[in-house]
Amino acid sequence: MTETSEAAVLRGKRILIAKPGLDGHDVGAKVIALALRDAGAEVIYTGLRKTPDYIARIAVDEDVDAVGLSVLSGSHRDLVKQTRASLEAIEAGDIPIFLGGTIPAEDWPDLYALGVQRIYTSEMPLADVIASIAETLK
Amino acid sequence: MTALLKQAAPQEDLPRTPSGIELPLVATAKDHGIDDSLPGEYPYTRGIFPDGFRGRLWTMRQYAGFGSAEDSNERYKFLLEQGQTGLSVALDLPTQCGYDPDDPIARPEVGKVGVSLSNLSEMEILFDGIDLAKISTSFTINGTAAIIYAMYVACADKKGVPRAKLTGTIQNDILKEYVARGTWIFPVRPSMRLIADSILYANDVTPRFNPISIAGAHVRDAGSTAIEEMAYTLANGFAYVDELIARGGDVAKFAKRLSFFFYVHMDFFEEVCKFRAGRRLWAKLLKERHGVTDDKALMFRFGVVCGGSSLTAAQPFNNVMRVAVETMAAVLGGAQSIFTAAYDEAFQIPTEFAAELALRTQQVVAYESGIANSVDPLGGSHLVEFLTDRMEEEMRRVMDEIDAYGGVVKAIEDGWMQSRIAERALERKKNVDGGKTVIVGVNAFTKSNEGASTGETFQLDPGAAKRVLDKLEAVRASRNNAAVERELDRLAQAAENDRENLMPYLVDCAHAYVTVGEMVERLKRRWGNFQEPIGI
Repeated sequence: MTETSEAAVLRGKRILIAKPGLDGHDVGAKVIALALRDAGAEVIYTGLRKTPDYIARIAVDEDVDAVGLSVLSGSHRDLVKQTRASLEAIEAGDIPIFLGGTIPAEDWPDLYALGVQRIYTSEMPLADVIASIAETLK
Repeated sequence: MTALLKQAAPQEDLPRTPSGIELPLVATAKDHGIDDSLPGEYPYTRGIFPDGFRGRLWTMRQYAGFGSAEDSNERYKFLLEQGQTGLSVALDLPTQCGYDPDDPIARPEVGKVGVSLSNLSEMEILFDGIDLAKISTSFTINGTAAIIYAMYVACADKKGVPRAKLTGTIQNDILKEYVARGTWIFPVRPSMRLIADSILYANDVTPRFNPISIAGAHVRDAGSTAIEEMAYTLANGFAYVDELIARGGDVAKFAKRLSFFFYVHMDFFEEVCKFRAGRRLWAKLLKERHGVTDDKALMFRFGVVCGGSSLTAAQPFNNVMRVAVETMAAVLGGAQSIFTAAYDEAFQIPTEFAAELALRTQQVVAYESGIANSVDPLGGSHLVEFLTDRMEEEMRRVMDEIDAYGGVVKAIEDGWMQSRIAERALERKKNVDGGKTVIVGVNAFTKSNEGASTGETFQLDPGAAKRVLDKLEAVRASRNNAAVERELDRLAQAAENDRENLMPYLVDCAHAYVTVGEMVERLKRRWGNFQEPIGI
């Protein structure tokens, strides 16, 4: 996929990249944020150590099309569940959630059941991740 | 984007190291300068000991810790029985970020990426049956390093081990936390004070203990090159030296207890030469800038971790080979301690099987390969000397760029360094995605992961977090809470005066079973929180 076609796919989309919990590994979140921006999206990055309530509030205030959560601490299940609940509590349960990080394959079915749209790991090519997000948000 | 890569752009096709150094087809004597120093001689290019590993093999130190203190104590005893020679404690995120396990933000993370250690009673359980006078212990702890170190000193007191006999390391390198690892708590300047406090205290009270391990590892794993890893680390090192001197420390004394920590990734010669160049540069700069002449103070001592982001979740057994190659680079680079990561680290807490295999990997290198028998066996190789020279030059240049920006503290407060690393990470990712950097199993020789074995799965005991919370409740109920308040007040009072060393107060707090979260909370009232620059 070329830079030009990538540039078109997320134009007009607003995406929140968030780091819930205490995990300080933010390089994946930042790389995705840069790649989303290269693909035309407007990206809001929360910074580290945000609570699910805070993330939900920013998602609504910023009127985003999707929330991307990055978790590498193994706490993805709790943090996804809590973020989902926080969004629902402010009637924003329809905002799709994407998840990235160190997510063991055996947890994926449960995470989908908790309302995660797509899961990405660090070894997936960026172009595939962008294409998948664009496809989901079409 | 550094000048190095800009220069690189027009000649993309020439073979280069991952740091961008153009490689000769055949290196000859014309490609490098002459460095006649012997091992154990300034500037220590060939190592800090004249007898290399003949005198003493490196310390085999596997990073481990999870769940509650009982779980980790059991794993430590297992590793020691298998011939490991030092401990390395992994702490959970609440402990690292200064929250007690019962804090709402901590609850999902208790015992997940390391052991929960909220107060002295947990430390006593963690080291139950382990002789603190004999086994050296390294703690990967930064934001709360002074507190964990205080608890370790208190733990020795309780066990009747003389403080002067304690050996080990606290990472205690806050600068790189702001840049890459993220377990900061306080703003940069009070954090620097706390680090100076702990180093000055340790020099006097636990003279055999390393009170800081200045770490490039995390910056590297986040995306920077080997050259940047070393350059940023040395720059951070000099920021600590300046802080300690400003606090009245004697550089010839405290420099003897500064240690360093790095990742070893896959480019073999670049990794070997990174250590040779870094060791030489540190000694030269310490002499040039601060007039240090004491041999021991000029010695650059370092530990390494082999693995990290060079390991892959795809075809995970390939990681065993990667770690073996990296271990050889660490040995040939002259490391004092080596942690070999387990093949399953890329996706879980290592199983006991994987942890043992990782230890066996370095034992095979140590006892079968013969590479530790002569000192610096690669010294004199034209390519190795060429790369050592070139990397040293480039490290100096990156350090000059940081100085030109206004120094590391400013570069971190502004988020300048963070942005540089994020850009590098994106570049590294694009190189892998585009096939320019080959990773077996990821972008070459791939096959479907469907049904492929990844070995056993590690299962964290789901009861561990509950046990941690129950124990904390019991400690809060049984301790003398008047003493807790008194010690916290004394700590807060001492924090008001920037010249007062906080360590004795933290040790008193530890003895009174004050929790990590309580100490941090009291210091936050005075110092506030770090405000993260989040521009990307």
